[in-house]
Amino acid sequence: MSRAHPLAFWSVFVAAIVLLIVAPLVLPEFWRRFVTEVLIWGLLAMSSDLLIGYTGMISFGHSAFFGLGMYGAAAALLTTHPASLWAALLYGLIAAAAVAAVVAYFSTRLRDIYFAITTLIFSQIFYVIIFTSTAWTGGENGLNFDQPALAIPGLFSLEFTPKVLHWFVLAAVAGSYLLLRRITQSPFGMVLQSIRENEARTRAIGYPVERYKIVSVMLSGLFAGLAGVLYAIQNQFAAPDFVFFLISGQTVIYNVIGGVGTLVGPIVGAGFFLLLSEAFSRLFTAKYLDPIGLHALDGMSYLVPLGLIFILMVIFMPRGLLGFARRWLNR
Amino acid sequence: MDIPLDQILIQTINGIVTGMILALVASGLTLIFGIMDVVNFAHGELLMLGAYVGVVTLGLTGNFWLALASATVLIGIFGALMYVVTLRPLLGRDPLTTILATFGMSLVLQNYALWQFGAVSRKISEPIVGHFNLFHLDYPWYRVAVALISAAIIGGFWLFLKFGTWGIWIRATTQDRVMAQAMGIPVPWVLAGVFAIGSGMAAASGVLFGPFGGVDATMGLNWILRAFIVVVVGGMGSLAGSVLAAILISLLEAYASLWVSPSQAIIVSFVVLILTLLVRPTGLFVATPK
Repeated sequence: MSRAHPLAFWSVFVAAIVLLIVAPLVLPEFWRRFVTEVLIWGLLAMSSDLLIGYTGMISFGHSAFFGLGMYGAAAALLTTHPASLWAALLYGLIAAAAVAAVVAYFSTRLRDIYFAITTLIFSQIFYVIIFTSTAWTGGENGLNFDQPALAIPGLFSLEFTPKVLHWFVLAAVAGSYLLLRRITQSPFGMVLQSIRENEARTRAIGYPVERYKIVSVMLSGLFAGLAGVLYAIQNQFAAPDFVFFLISGQTVIYNVIGGVGTLVGPIVGAGFFLLLSEAFSRLFTAKYLDPIGLHALDGMSYLVPLGLIFILMVIFMPRGLLGFARRWLNR
Repeated sequence: MDIPLDQILIQTINGIVTGMILALVASGLTLIFGIMDVVNFAHGELLMLGAYVGVVTLGLTGNFWLALASATVLIGIFGALMYVVTLRPLLGRDPLTTILATFGMSLVLQNYALWQFGAVSRKISEPIVGHFNLFHLDYPWYRVAVALISAAIIGGFWLFLKFGTWGIWIRATTQDRVMAQAMGIPVPWVLAGVFAIGSGMAAASGVLFGPFGGVDATMGLNWILRAFIVVVVGGMGSLAGSVLAAILISLLEAYASLWVSPSQAIIVSFVVLILTLLVRPTGLFVATPK
């Protein structure tokens, strides 16, 4: 049963990858960048799906892992000369893992709603720390740095042109997807799903539930940190805004819109959400001008219709856009 | 470091005053959670909307008390409507979906307020302008009044829960929803009523806080975060626990702000939360952990 449609699954997978490889060659720069960003946000959302969709814990604190990944990358890129991509990845992942370890240790003591609240509060702790330690993090202004080169010393060195960056991000996201898929299908992943279905029973069978939860939070944090590193490399800055709770909230939204427990759903959700934001923000800035002339604000009002769509989806479409394919994707 | 005694005393009073407002916010949140298993993410936005209703009413009538009353009533009704439209369809599903729905609601309300009222913070002027002498500093009577009003609202609400018909219905519904229904209690109305009361309390605290820090679209987020901490520290669903935890945390933050800036003082409440989670995850002020 578990190998019912491997061929169909892999051909769809390969087709999607090929489309995404070709995308930067045919799309104009704006939409190329859009697709790259969707992939990065999708990776963040996918990392959170490991918790929401498989272990059954909603994290409202993924911005902490994402943001620490960004700041870790920033630290590496500012201290190494010439800026090293691998150091950025290493530092970013270490920073995210360290934060994830702290968050996991405390927040997995609690369940359900309490877990969600605790992760939210932890992300705000890191936000406050980063925001107020101006000497190290640049405070509100954040940090700016140069893009590293895609290089293996002695072998080759490649400038990060937009296209190369896109392919690099695609490779990272596709690799993460395959890895996460493997993890969720492994015996370890099965235990996570059994925690979601019936925690008491899983414990009764003899699994150390707490340890499984801690590891799943840390794994999730690691992939979120990777997304943060990619985002830092793409945009060449790290800012406290990305540690702020709104990013965590959007991560959850992507998951719900795309369909939890599917891993690819969150990427689709991110694409759907960002596409709608783009459309609504154009519509709204054209239509309603702010009565007192604060044009900067118009950018946010698109969240009103988006929020309403989100609520409607929670009520009427709780399985998300890809919910219908959930079983098929997890085979 | 040398901190003069009068500074400590003033911070003590400050802490109790903000603690009472926080208690007012948190008791609405804990009430809604305790009875309905709903974590109302939009609670801070109800507070913010309440403050804006206060600003508008104050602009129209010039009467602070009228503004306070109208904000409480209007946002109370709005909260009940919000419950009926977005949360009632989710009854019986995983409680986690209610977080998602209320989170979406908070997003909508916050950005609506930003769009409607702009980013410039609005002011609510103090209805009581007098000061009294506390050591060599003038201390505004209004702050004392706020603490007393908050205490009166919470106290009144406690009496209502204890002795009022609706209060008894609410407690019955908390204990056993199905049995309450069977005994003829109008459970759907009770649930909507609870949401209305919680929302009204949030709105009242928004108006009361207005003169301290101004009113803007993002003020809700600040409060909801602290209210969440209070509710976890005090024990979810426990009214007395919330009040005690609110005062404890506000006092600690007030003392901490003697040494560090207020934006860093909030770390103290984070520490309290972490310690609580380590020592007693069900809440510090709950007698018997569930």
